Amino acid sequence: MRNTITKSALLATGLMLSVQSSAEPTAEALGYTCAGCHGTNGASTGNAIPSLAGLSEGYLIGAMNAYREDERSSTIMGRIAKGYTEEQIESMATFFSAQPVHANINQKYDATKARAGAKLHDKYCSSCHTEAGAEPEDDAGLLSGNSKLFMKYTLADFHDGSRDMPKRMEKKMKKMLKKDPDALGKLVNYYGSGK
Amino acid sequence: MSKQNRRSFIKTIGLGAAAATTAAYTPFAIGGSTKKVVVIGGGMGGSVAAKYIRMMDKSVEVTLIEANKDYYTCFASNEVLSGERSLDSIKFGYGGLRGHGINVVHDKVTDIDARARKVTTASGQSFAYDRCVVSPGVDFKYDLIEGYDANVANTEIPHAWKAGAQTQMLRNQLKDMKDGGTVAICPPPNPFRCPPGPYERASQIALYLKHHKPKSKIIILDPKPGFSKMGLFTGGWERHYGYKTDDSMIEWHGTPKGSDDNVLDSVDVKTKTVTTGFNEVKADVLNIIPAQKAGKIAFTAGLTNDSGWCPVHGDTFESTIHKNIHVIGDSAIQSPLPKSGYAANSEGKVAAAAIVALLNGESAPDPTYVNTCYSVIAPGDGISVAMVYAFKDGKIIKVKGSGGLTPGKFDAKLREREQYYGYSWFDNITNDTFG
Repeated sequence: MRNTITKSALLATGLMLSVQSSAEPTAEALGYTCAGCHGTNGASTGNAIPSLAGLSEGYLIGAMNAYREDERSSTIMGRIAKGYTEEQIESMATFFSAQPVHANINQKYDATKARAGAKLHDKYCSSCHTEAGAEPEDDAGLLSGNSKLFMKYTLADFHDGSRDMPKRMEKKMKKMLKKDPDALGKLVNYYGSGK
Repeated sequence: MSKQNRRSFIKTIGLGAAAATTAAYTPFAIGGSTKKVVVIGGGMGGSVAAKYIRMMDKSVEVTLIEANKDYYTCFASNEVLSGERSLDSIKFGYGGLRGHGINVVHDKVTDIDARARKVTTASGQSFAYDRCVVSPGVDFKYDLIEGYDANVANTEIPHAWKAGAQTQMLRNQLKDMKDGGTVAICPPPNPFRCPPGPYERASQIALYLKHHKPKSKIIILDPKPGFSKMGLFTGGWERHYGYKTDDSMIEWHGTPKGSDDNVLDSVDVKTKTVTTGFNEVKADVLNIIPAQKAGKIAFTAGLTNDSGWCPVHGDTFESTIHKNIHVIGDSAIQSPLPKSGYAANSEGKVAAAAIVALLNGESAPDPTYVNTCYSVIAPGDGISVAMVYAFKDGKIIKVKGSGGLTPGKFDAKLREREQYYGYSWFDNITNDTFG
């Protein structure tokens, strides 16, 4: 019974939204408006703003909804995400997931730290983040080849609790940092190397 | 319109035009590439429109006409003044756009014949178009300030509101100034290019003075009662530059509504003294940013109204005065979108999508727009303003619940991130435009 009520309430909300938004820009048009910050077709050349190109639809929709509902801390994305309907977010996700994955390979990194980071990744992260975190099917954000500062900020947010992480990740991170307090910095250099 | 319908529609129109021997112009012929777009102005709006038209439809011939060989971004140019950035780091050429198959012509447009659909240039060339994009940026109302003109701006008292040689001149003047000197900044009245710009400029100059000439002062003589991101800027000035104390490096003098307190009347170039309705300030370094209007070609082509800006349809940016001409960027009346580089980027893409659709006999798609601007008050203290816009009932509107400013309460972690996101924004928007 309860389920039915929720469902029809959702349905009603959905209908209201579609009535309110008479204009429906195409996926391409929506995706193009993001390019000024995230790069053409979501391929970022900056070292702090992440690439969106080639990420899975599930990950992109989840991220946008989390920003929209203030469930994920951000500087600007919370303000931006609130400007879009669920349909528009799905549409953008379709656009970006269809682009080739973009590795930002021109970032400076510390080679020694990157090598240590590669080992840490294999040991603690690779069971969920396969292919050095560049496999969209994982439904996770891009790791290897993503903007270095973004990786640093994201790991810091997971670590200090500003952003929730899955139980398994929490356990692994704890274990990793107990063994190596500098582990996050090493991972950032590894991912930033794009290797 | 289905694909099948569209094809037969194009065919019919194409044949019709080809058959009409008296027609001076063919919208598109069968087979041959005669969809021609001429873009006037290779700044943030024009360049991105040219590139995205080519990205959306390779069969459109795009010519971009721009007087200068290089473009210097207005955004981030304040960081050149403080020495945080080099002038070279904000310089962009047109090689990237040529790579997209755009015919880049360095020349000055002298006239647009809206009836004959033809653009002529100073060197005597002429370019026919099916649709024209006009993106000339802003021009200055020098005549409102006695003693000030383009020549004075180029040689002695820069506005530096178009980045390049004047940015370097202002930087050099700041470097040559004695410690204990006065820098006066005179921001323009609304509306003008880059609303937070004059206040980021004050912040960046203060950053330089704090470290190199700490006894110096900045006086802002503002013709307005307030300004963009005001609380965030003044909060930052308190944190970094002693604002609101007796020893403040920055003084801001506003003008109550209806008054002329700090509305600029005249300047004495020799003594660098400015006179406003209420104040007289003698400066060691003087920066006058005059009131603004649409770029010159917009006036020549009759695209402006009494406001001095260009009225457009917000969903296509086609001029409401002349058909087949789309005005984008700072010259257009695009409110509630601001006159910003990011807004010009968004407008360029909306216009590009509309032009491609219209040239192919389709109706213009529904538009969507974003604006995002960053300012850096001091290292570790970046701020932003953002908004999502939609088109509803014939007007551009702000999407309710979206957008807004960086929170006023200082959070060191987030402010540092905003600074670096701002730098990435710079890398990506310039690459999106010129790459």
